[in-house]
Amino acid sequence: MEIVKKISKKACGLCCIKVKNLGVRYGDNVVLQDINLHIHCGSITAIIGKNGAGKSSFVRAIVGEVKHTGDIEYRNVENGDKKNLKIGYVPQNLNIDKSTPVSVYDLFASFCFNTPVLFKSKKVTDKVIKALKVFEAEDLIDKPIGTLSGGQLQRVLLSMAIYDEPKLLILDEPVSGIDTNGMKLFYDKMRYLRDNFDMAILIVSHDLEYVYKYADNVLLLDNTILANGSAADVYRTKAFDEIFGGFKLEDAAKDLADEDFILRHEPKETDDEPFDASYVGKQDKGGEK
Amino acid sequence: MSTFLSLFSYDFMINALLAVIIIGPLFALLGTMIVQKRMAFFSDALGHSAFTGIAVGVICGIVNTTISMVIFAVIFAILLNHIKKRNPQNVDTVISVFASVATAIGLAVLSFGGNFSEYSSLLVGDILSISKMEILYLLIICIVTIVFYCFAINKLNAISINPTLAKSHRIKVQLIEDIFAVIIAVTVMLSIRWVGLLLINALLILPAASSRNISTNMREYTVYAIIFSLFSSVLGLFISYFINIATGPVIVIIAAVIYFATYLYGRASK
Repeated sequence: MEIVKKISKKACGLCCIKVKNLGVRYGDNVVLQDINLHIHCGSITAIIGKNGAGKSSFVRAIVGEVKHTGDIEYRNVENGDKKNLKIGYVPQNLNIDKSTPVSVYDLFASFCFNTPVLFKSKKVTDKVIKALKVFEAEDLIDKPIGTLSGGQLQRVLLSMAIYDEPKLLILDEPVSGIDTNGMKLFYDKMRYLRDNFDMAILIVSHDLEYVYKYADNVLLLDNTILANGSAADVYRTKAFDEIFGGFKLEDAAKDLADEDFILRHEPKETDDEPFDASYVGKQDKGGEK
Repeated sequence: MSTFLSLFSYDFMINALLAVIIIGPLFALLGTMIVQKRMAFFSDALGHSAFTGIAVGVICGIVNTTISMVIFAVIFAILLNHIKKRNPQNVDTVISVFASVATAIGLAVLSFGGNFSEYSSLLVGDILSISKMEILYLLIICIVTIVFYCFAINKLNAISINPTLAKSHRIKVQLIEDIFAVIIAVTVMLSIRWVGLLLINALLILPAASSRNISTNMREYTVYAIIFSLFSSVLGLFISYFINIATGPVIVIIAAVIYFATYLYGRASK
């Protein structure tokens, strides 16, 4: 798998994407303001927040689709600027209907190649197959994208997103419409990417349990950053409680039916210390170093 | 057979045939992306701006109103594109407002003094009146479109699937959309006298829509659209000659028959 070899570089942890004073407004409506954030390669950052909190706007600002104030800087070891920041993006949903005459090859080629999709080139086909293999999606190459299941489409989109060897991979609510098993597979894949590729991962998510389990860093957003830190810290803030008041981690653990998860987050005797945050943090990072 | 060949003894028939052979594939190509990008209403509105284009030409004293039509349509298209961007929630309302205003102003100016009947041919179109020079214009825009297509079809398709994703792949979304809108505007304006305002959108949309019924990838989609468009245009021209009815409607009726046939075929084969 050449593409894996090509981009598979352990994260150095030194590259950093700095978001400084970012703000977004649509007309008079201020959607985001005072966003300051550092994202490091080799980490998974999750953005959580209620609907309309500006999560998608944040993503669209980073991608460059909506105008924003403030700066987004990217520094690698050689001190690159923002222009060198390659972004891989997996959208929340595609604007497609079931009958769209676009095959997986067409989809891939439209976004990643210049050879017109009017001609199916052998060279492009080979490259597309190689890229799809990373997510075991190579058999889908000739399928119309309207017939793919949610999980299949997601694997294709992920292959496309990392084809360009991005330094930042952004996923906008990527698991809507996928069953529990698919969710687990997805987040395991994110871990695999984090640990084996030199990239920072930013996930917009509704799945608080999975965010708790998998994210290294959590960002609670509502117009601005309300809380930022490890999931354990953020989930104990007042702001989190106000927004996701009904959320009970213990119930979530039962839902997940994941032994490892339950063991790690079993409620302790003392009420003011529901779970050992430092332990979670250490364990998450322990694997990399 | 000799009756069939007799139609080539008329210059206007040969011109008309050349014109439909250019217009067919040209419209099919544009149509594939108009349908894919859900711009059917946009191209329809552009057609309606033809009246205002002529009116502007008449007011400014331009003899060749095609020029004023093209210029006005290009401005109209770019303006519409940008306003669309600012109001993504109600695109069809915005387009509708623009189209009605453009039509109303055009009609108001052209009907001044009760002369509107002069321009009513614009509604139905008359392909038999096309001249060699005008065929050349069509050929030029056809070549421009093909070149643009080879360069931009991937990007247009990408934008139609997801603009944010396109942006993340560094596709210049706004620029490509503007060029595409300008090409649609010029094509529509150069063809509207021959095809007719009322039917021009049908010719853009139907071949692509038919092709969509039965295609599973972009290559099939484009090739079938071109074949359907060429077939209905040429056949429509011949039929209209022999049974003596306006060419545009016959072409559209044939294209519509193909649409329903492919629709049924597509459903049956799924």
